[in-house]
Amino acid sequence: MATTVNAANSSVRPHHTLWGDAWVRLRRNKLAMAGGIFIILLTLAAIFAPLITPYGFAHQDLTAILQNPSSKHWLGTDGLGRDVFARLLYGARTSLAVGIFTQVIVLGIGLPIGAIAGYAGGRVDNILMRFVDVMYSFPDILLIILIKAILGGGIYQLFFAIGLVAWVDIARLVRGQMMSVKSRDFVAAARAMGGMGPYITERHLLPNSLGPIIVSVTFNVPRAIFTEAALSFIGIGVRPPTPSWGSMISDGYAVIFASWYQVFFPALAIALLMIAFTFLGDGLRDALDPKLRH
Amino acid sequence: MTRFVIRRVLWLLLVLLVVSFITFALMHLVPGGPWSREKALAPAVVAALNARYGLDKPFFVQYGNFLMGILHGNLGISYTYQNRSVTQILMQGFPKTAILGTTAFVFAMIVGIALGMAAALRQNTWIDYVCVMFSTVFASVPGFVLGILLMIVFSVILHWFPTGGWGSPSQVVMPAIALAALPAAFIARITRASTLETMRQDYVRTARSKGLLERVVLIRHILRNSLIPVVTVAGPQFAALVTGSVIVETIFSIPGIGRLFVEAVFARDYGLIMGTVLFYSFVISIANLVVDILYGVIDPRIRYD
Repeated sequence: MATTVNAANSSVRPHHTLWGDAWVRLRRNKLAMAGGIFIILLTLAAIFAPLITPYGFAHQDLTAILQNPSSKHWLGTDGLGRDVFARLLYGARTSLAVGIFTQVIVLGIGLPIGAIAGYAGGRVDNILMRFVDVMYSFPDILLIILIKAILGGGIYQLFFAIGLVAWVDIARLVRGQMMSVKSRDFVAAARAMGGMGPYITERHLLPNSLGPIIVSVTFNVPRAIFTEAALSFIGIGVRPPTPSWGSMISDGYAVIFASWYQVFFPALAIALLMIAFTFLGDGLRDALDPKLRH
Repeated sequence: MTRFVIRRVLWLLLVLLVVSFITFALMHLVPGGPWSREKALAPAVVAALNARYGLDKPFFVQYGNFLMGILHGNLGISYTYQNRSVTQILMQGFPKTAILGTTAFVFAMIVGIALGMAAALRQNTWIDYVCVMFSTVFASVPGFVLGILLMIVFSVILHWFPTGGWGSPSQVVMPAIALAALPAAFIARITRASTLETMRQDYVRTARSKGLLERVVLIRHILRNSLIPVVTVAGPQFAALVTGSVIVETIFSIPGIGRLFVEAVFARDYGLIMGTVLFYSFVISIANLVVDILYGVIDPRIRYD
């Protein structure tokens, strides 16, 4: 709208898209960029783990058990003589996979339910939101543990156990966004021109709610990663020998007095990844906030 | 107001009923049963045990029996802890979980509000930056990771605190801090934002211009109003603290309700699973209810129809 007014005044203002603008502002935010770069580097390290470390994640050297960090084993070895650095890198694969795939499930369930509730309103909305209320009264972690116990097995089951519980926030958020965008003029205009429900939802409502959804996902990824670590710590996450930061903490926990490095490095890795996502999420929230646009 | 509370309490009962049904159903979907052992029991023994505890009845009959039990204040029996009812076991674990959760909550509220207010009142000074940095970092580190890091520093290296167990106050310190850090950081963020917002309001300017003492303006006008959003999150945060202790209790070997639940799932102890989930849901629902009622007390602008 601002652009039209400016054009009429013939004072030419360079054209900014929402995304272009957001990117410019994100780039100026040092913490957000640091967080983003950390996540990208970790992802690359996880993908190219075999090129970075000569050790496999299950490779045991029984002559080198519980060693402190050295030039041979950068972060030492665990109780089974496995290289901790290698296990951290391969464990990052597990963490990142959990972070990403649970969000696919979360969006797959949360987006449609939130969109339907917000768009339809009335009784449909009421029923869906009451269901969401019930979900909120469940202690998350207990429900995840219970579902994981039913599904059993390894990492794929874990995606579902976490995803099936974590979609509630997104559903609520999308519903709220839908309801606020729905009453805006450009939606009324689209409807007046004959746009149908699904078309309007897809073309106008969803894109306009995208900012908060992206921010919410950025904060949900680390939560899923942490949940995986917690579940693997108590022994119902991924199955050994699949390396996971949570199960590394669990293994090292038993020998914490003999060699605290075992728990320190995976705990530090989780903490750093969480902080990186928070920095990035905060930065994205500021960058995508339309009220802060210049 | 009374009507509002009654309606909310009825809704709470309905939610708990649905929660209990979903849990009951999920629980029975978990493969295996309470009698699954490494060395399988003789089929006749399993059949006899099932008959004795009513586990041979159809699903809905079992659920009905469970509900009837609850009406009589009886949560059923535990299949792993012989000779003790679920109620007894929960009552034994509850004080530990409650003390831990409440300590952490009080700690989180005090630290969070103090940091948030300090940051807002000294906006754009080093105090502000330190507070913001603290809240950003601790808002992201999960309690279980922080617990491990605390344990390394204060138990393994410095030998100041024991690594776990329950009984002495020194055993509460680390788990309480581990649990409290995240909500403290979260509350600090919210307090800061809402205090900054309140300080810009017209009624604060009015209060100052009519010559009120700065202290009075601060306490009566700024503090009270900026705490409204804090109360909103306090309820869910309290619930999150009590339920979030599941993992922290496991790390610090605290025999609270969280650890009972983890053990119960492994043992397919139906009675105990049901009891813990219902107990936690009850805590969460009550916390939310209290917050809704508190709104009206703190913010007189809110009226219940």
